[in-house]
Amino acid sequence: MELLSFGDTGWGDELFFATLMTIAVSIAAMLIGFLFALIFTPLKLSKNKSLNILGNCYTTIIRGVPELLVIYLLFFGGTGAAMYVASIFGYDGYIEINAFITGALAIGIISGAYSTEVFRGAILSIDKGQFEASKVLGINKSIQFYKIILPQMLRLSIPNLSNVWQITLKDTSLISVTGLVEIMRQSYIAAGSTRDPLFFYSVAAVLYLILTFLSMKLINKLELKYSKGY
Amino acid sequence: MISIFPNLLSGAVITLQLLVSSMFFGLIIGLIFAILRINKNPIINKFAYGYSYFFRGTPLLVQLYLIYYGLANIEFLRNSFFWLIIKEPYWCAIIAFSLNTGAYTSEILRSAFQTIKKGYIEAAQSLGVTKKITFYRIQLPIAIKQSLPAYGNEIILMLKGTSLASVITIMDLMGEARKVNVLTFKPFEAFITAGIIYLFITFIIHNIIKYLEKKYGFQT
Repeated sequence: MELLSFGDTGWGDELFFATLMTIAVSIAAMLIGFLFALIFTPLKLSKNKSLNILGNCYTTIIRGVPELLVIYLLFFGGTGAAMYVASIFGYDGYIEINAFITGALAIGIISGAYSTEVFRGAILSIDKGQFEASKVLGINKSIQFYKIILPQMLRLSIPNLSNVWQITLKDTSLISVTGLVEIMRQSYIAAGSTRDPLFFYSVAAVLYLILTFLSMKLINKLELKYSKGY
Repeated sequence: MISIFPNLLSGAVITLQLLVSSMFFGLIIGLIFAILRINKNPIINKFAYGYSYFFRGTPLLVQLYLIYYGLANIEFLRNSFFWLIIKEPYWCAIIAFSLNTGAYTSEILRSAFQTIKKGYIEAAQSLGVTKKITFYRIQLPIAIKQSLPAYGNEIILMLKGTSLASVITIMDLMGEARKVNVLTFKPFEAFITAGIIYLFITFIIHNIIKYLEKKYGFQT
């Protein structure tokens, strides 16, 4: 227990801040994922063939390759790409992209693919009559989307989004390979310097379990709130 | 791009080995725990639930590190016969992946068991079929057929999971791609080629499952 005390002698405070980092990266990744989902869901539902293929490519490729690959590609490739772009503008120095941004972007791209599928499923499960009714009433497309489709879509997708959130939360552990100090990285450092990997990785496992447990409780509450009246 | 291809292919063979062996052990573990989950004894039931909760609630990387670095810390394991197994990263990876996929498989099979129509079991009972035969000849085949689509997803998830073996020094497809990246400083070539191979394997698994579903799929 002494190993977990706060202050200079223990790893308690380090692990606490690492947990906060994990939560921050997960939330950032989830939001970036929503952004991607908002772009690609309409593409996947579009009647235009080429837009459709573009949307399908995104979800198929991202869900078909390992998460680690996306992270490495962004981490190693991102720096090179940024330096290449900078060299066009005459800057030849070394550019290092922040590990938090790369990590959140990589995990965000992955969670975006899952969110896209969730939103697509939710929109498809909305009764066709609703679209027809709003058309008959002369409601224009954007109001139809914001006032009728979006609220129902969000309600229908909460249970599946909670799965996406769990996946995202667990995927953030992979960013540790790029050096961002979150739970996994901090445990790795602590395990290395105390030579007690069993203890610290168990602590990491417990921290992840607490995070998943708490977020489940929170999401269940949300679900109850938004399914009122159904 | 062509010159790195043989390296990556030899990595892909390791990836497939890891996948096949962990799916094999995972299926056995999953089946055992699914049967424990539908057991009416609360202690057995809770134990099986705890197992699946732990392995589904923590990242695969944590489990892998726990087994690879953590188990070596326990003195009596190091002095026992098990040390021969857990000192090899390859076996540690297989243990971690099997336990992980076992947890997901047990959930898939459990939900399949629970959605079997009561009528089938009642019919068997009224025909005087014993409980054991009902389980092996009626419940189990239906559960396996029903869980085919979900199990196909699990295989693909596990394929992606095997890439983590590269962080514990195994030269699987991901490990080879990393080596190429370090040696040539060409991250795009290395990782995109590896990605294409992964996609190809995913595509094949997807189609095999689709074929099996068509052939053996269960229609109610």
